[in-house]
Amino acid sequence: MKYELTCINCPMGCRIMADYDGKEVTNIQGYTCARGKAYAQTEITDPTRMVTALVAVEGTHAPLSVKTQNPIRKPLIFEALKVIRKTTVRSPIHIGDVVIENICGSGVNVIATENVD
Amino acid sequence: MRKTDILIIGGGPAGLAAAIGAYEAGARDILILDREEHLGGILKQCIHNGFGLHTFQEELTGPEYAQRFIDQVQALDIPYQTETMVIDVSADKVVTCVSRTNGLEHIEAKSIILCMGCRERPRGSLGTPGERCPGVFTAGTAQKFTNLEGMMPGKEVVILGSGDIGLIMARRMTFLGAKVHACVELMPFSSGLKRNIVQCLDDYGIPLLLSHTVVDIHGREHLEGVTVAEVGEDRKPIPGTEKYYPCDTLLLSVGLIPENELTEMAGVKIAPSTSGAVVDERLMTSVPGIFSCGNVLHVHDLVDFVSEEAKKAGANAYRYVQGQLTEDGRKVPVEMGFGVSGIVPQFVSETAEGTVNFMFRPRNVYRNARVIVEINSEQILSKKTMILAPGEMVNLNIQAEKLKGLQEAKSILVRIEVPEA
Repeated sequence: MKYELTCINCPMGCRIMADYDGKEVTNIQGYTCARGKAYAQTEITDPTRMVTALVAVEGTHAPLSVKTQNPIRKPLIFEALKVIRKTTVRSPIHIGDVVIENICGSGVNVIATENVD
Repeated sequence: MRKTDILIIGGGPAGLAAAIGAYEAGARDILILDREEHLGGILKQCIHNGFGLHTFQEELTGPEYAQRFIDQVQALDIPYQTETMVIDVSADKVVTCVSRTNGLEHIEAKSIILCMGCRERPRGSLGTPGERCPGVFTAGTAQKFTNLEGMMPGKEVVILGSGDIGLIMARRMTFLGAKVHACVELMPFSSGLKRNIVQCLDDYGIPLLLSHTVVDIHGREHLEGVTVAEVGEDRKPIPGTEKYYPCDTLLLSVGLIPENELTEMAGVKIAPSTSGAVVDERLMTSVPGIFSCGNVLHVHDLVDFVSEEAKKAGANAYRYVQGQLTEDGRKVPVEMGFGVSGIVPQFVSETAEGTVNFMFRPRNVYRNARVIVEINSEQILSKKTMILAPGEMVNLNIQAEKLKGLQEAKSILVRIEVPEA
């Protein structure tokens, strides 16, 4: 399959083209530095993203901001958001507290990114 | 009258770092004033990650980045007063403020650091025709609703402007279940970071319409849709290219304006190219003892650079209080040559010490260009770059020894040199 992507490492934003047969990325073209080539490799074979979101806090309208402690696989994002949206926490909460363990079996915890007294 | 050595207006990233910078330099009599309930400024609502890579070598969210500085301020026991609105600053450094707890107060300071940040350009400044119906928000206002108040502005969204806040809000609205139909950008390029274009638009199939703008806003009781048209090289809409987008929410991400009303009250000179104070390399304004830093001085691209700049302003404010900042040296103006806009500082003292930092924004996208700094037609810096873009600030550090020629110089020239075609 043909892939076309924009490198995010610098403002150049190189358009990178490559082929991927499900096993190996071949014929990578359009990058101007090693970072671009490496980006294409991982972005095609195993794209991941940090997810930041909000969960409800009991007794208040103000939500709590949370993040995945590490990037999760891109296809998991919306499934993870569904779980996060259904979550309610109770204060007090501190930065780094685990809000959801092992979200969607990703092996990654969702943690608080702000303090609520 | 209440008195303090160093008074800091604003408890966002600039104010917090300025306080820490002043403390580290030796100041002990510091006071931070902020109009909000909590310290942290706009970072509180920036819940996405990507902050602090330069300062902490890790990617933090906005609230986490702010908390690191709040923790430091609290650990150092630096006094702060929130829910306190400054309403006047005078040239003799008396600050007037109001709060529920203390009522109207005058505070006399030996030095003031202006850290009020910036605000978003509103709809009124665009001159877009159409109905004045509800449903049109600046992107930051919508961000406050979703991230701090837990409310959704709407479900069907169009975004005008592709600044980073607009891009970030495209993803946030998508995460919260809205459909973002398009991000419309007047210029032929986006001023947002490439990473945000890829990870906030491309990832969710949101089209970025470059060289397009909103030409009409429809809806009486509430926004019902917008008309988008392509623009020519003159940035004027091309007749016949109009397309209607039904939507209940229009978010504006069309630029930021430093919030300098208090600065002007104090009689501080404003630079037209930054809409911020005119400062020297020590970040002192045209009024001795009043300093400015962060987004109220010039709109930054990264908060890390705000913190760095503010620490320097804080340290220099303390040096001023101690009588260590001399005013005898002549100040040499910094001139903006080809391709340079919004340079800071606008003046360098001929007695400058240590490292002098210059920041500016390129006027356009330039490939394989050189950034050049000249004194008396002699190049003291010539730096090759692969790409320069208005969205990314250029940050130059020059050792003061290299500025030796300043004594005889009329000006310092900063310019961009593009390769000949």
